[in-house]
Amino acid sequence: MKKASNLKSIEPRLNVSSFTPSEITHALKREGIHLSVGTYTIHLQSAIPSVSESISLLYADYPLNEDTSFADFHVSINHPRNVRRWIHPQAIFRIETYEPFKPLPADQAYPLLEWGLNWCVSTQYHRYLVVHAAVVEKNGRAMILPAPPGSGKSTLCAALVLRGWRLLSDELTLVSLNDMQIVPMCRPISLKNESIPIIQKYDESVTMSRPSFDTNKGTVAHMKAPKESIQRVRETAPPAWIVFPKYQPGTAAKLDKFSKASAFMGVAANAFNYSMLGAQGFQTVSKLIDRCDCYEFSYSNLDEAISMFDRLAQQ
Amino acid sequence: MKSCDPINRVLRDPGACSSFNLRQWDLLIRQARHANLLGRIASSLAERQLLEAVPDKPRSHLEAALVVAERQVQAVQWEVKCIMQALADVDTPVILLKGAAYVASQLPAANGRLFADVDILVPKSQLDAVEMALKLHGWITTHHDAYDQRYYRTWMHELPPMQHLTRETVLDVHHTILPETARLRPDPQKLREAAIPVDGFTNVKVLAPMDMVLHSATHLFHDGELEHSLRDLVDLDSLLRHFGKNAPGFWQTLVKRAQELDLTRPLFYALRYTSCILDTPVPAETLEAAKIGSPSKLTVKLMDALFSRAMQPAHASCGDLLTGSACRLLFLRSHWLRMPPPLLIQHLLHKAFISPRDTQY
Repeated sequence: MKKASNLKSIEPRLNVSSFTPSEITHALKREGIHLSVGTYTIHLQSAIPSVSESISLLYADYPLNEDTSFADFHVSINHPRNVRRWIHPQAIFRIETYEPFKPLPADQAYPLLEWGLNWCVSTQYHRYLVVHAAVVEKNGRAMILPAPPGSGKSTLCAALVLRGWRLLSDELTLVSLNDMQIVPMCRPISLKNESIPIIQKYDESVTMSRPSFDTNKGTVAHMKAPKESIQRVRETAPPAWIVFPKYQPGTAAKLDKFSKASAFMGVAANAFNYSMLGAQGFQTVSKLIDRCDCYEFSYSNLDEAISMFDRLAQQ
Repeated sequence: MKSCDPINRVLRDPGACSSFNLRQWDLLIRQARHANLLGRIASSLAERQLLEAVPDKPRSHLEAALVVAERQVQAVQWEVKCIMQALADVDTPVILLKGAAYVASQLPAANGRLFADVDILVPKSQLDAVEMALKLHGWITTHHDAYDQRYYRTWMHELPPMQHLTRETVLDVHHTILPETARLRPDPQKLREAAIPVDGFTNVKVLAPMDMVLHSATHLFHDGELEHSLRDLVDLDSLLRHFGKNAPGFWQTLVKRAQELDLTRPLFYALRYTSCILDTPVPAETLEAAKIGSPSKLTVKLMDALFSRAMQPAHASCGDLLTGSACRLLFLRSHWLRMPPPLLIQHLLHKAFISPRDTQY
């Protein structure tokens, strides 16, 4: 791999795409790479080809840190050392030597890495209220979409960012405890089952990882975040709307006001560290609800949904 | 004695981190996380007003660890209340042990500490009544294997760990502080007689200062729970520093109390390794007096080699080629001390050949 420091004077910032896939593979296999993802830095090491393939593809526009002195999360994803390496190879996610999950089939190595990184953020990053929600931005205001799996949150989020909304996060919304701003992390969007062909048809230029089959969420593929969202990852946004989406086949898009009390309960139930933050968790959710218009939203057609949200953003 | 930088340096002198560069912070946070000591280090920096000066990136992890630790203290206080409610109808004294005792008596050892479970000590004669009351209030036994049940109930110093059905918290109910089959036999009655009440809690006691130290030492150096060995050594250091300053006559009578309880050997190790590894200020006379618990010189040399390796964070930057072997030898030693040889052989054979077969279904 090119020595990052030698290139400092030529390129102000090095991205993953500054290197060839084989250089990334080589670096990942050996000392690993320091990837800058919004507010945090990941030190990632992996000898699994499908992981380096997905990193080169989906993280192409993310900065590679030249300074390797500090990383927030030191993670690796590799084949466990056992005989299954040759029969049914597996992948194991580690934070240094700690293994928070059981190994999965090697085909699921890349989704396992994404889940592992989500685990790191939701269990160790208590400077923020971490809500299980997608969050997108338009005209300087953020829309939070909290929802349980299966509600169509990621599909809606993918469609919104393909139609001009800025991606802040697809899975974990970080609310700053100090100033109530939404802090982007802008990682790839996780799509499941039918959502994968729907989004591929929705925008044929979309970049997507090779799907992994038979995961415990069904078929999973990750969509690359838009380049502009990644470049603006340091720009925080104030929260303006909280929308609880629900996919309902065969219905017209419907946006209804949601009571603040119910929205509070909905956000608290979806926040990973709500009770961990104690009184501060309660105060943060209260402030968040105060600052946002809260809605319930049901939809079946993505275009209809997006034009409704665009109107909301123009108000 | 082996020392692992930078964590040991910071444990001895929190001020040392003021000159750290980012690379040292990176390593410190990784080592501390693996040793379950991140919250402890964060709280000792916060107490000395050193936290604000920490660079932003590492500080976010220290602050996060403080949030977790504060929440855990609350959870332990709540858990103790729930346990006392469950035991309200059982007429028996309940003594909190280890972490829960540090929290209840607001000792500095509780600051920034993480907890895996709550431990209580009750008289053996009341064990059945206590277990029944806990079951009625939602705690269930965790070991369902018939052999494990017998192992705990016949030979150990505690019931099989109980877990609350909804809160999923773990409770260890002890009737003494070492297995019934162990080489050392401290009399739990003496511990109960000396136990002291806790402010803010009714019907709950904690061990007297010296007994608290001796129990912590016994747990670490005789019972062989080495998973959190550096964390346990830091607990001991904190207890010794606190009681040495605040409990009248502590250093003068500590060795005598160890003799009364048949615990001079664990005390010898505790004072030796806290003062060597963490610079705990133990008076020279107490160190000298504690030598009555010392094994032969050769054994001390061997133990130095083993414990100095085991008392490091379980992090790649802290081990050497012998770390793994040292931990395995100490694991064997703890079993050797736990049961007489014939029983140990029977137990190990059962665990090796019969238990795995039973648990396949």
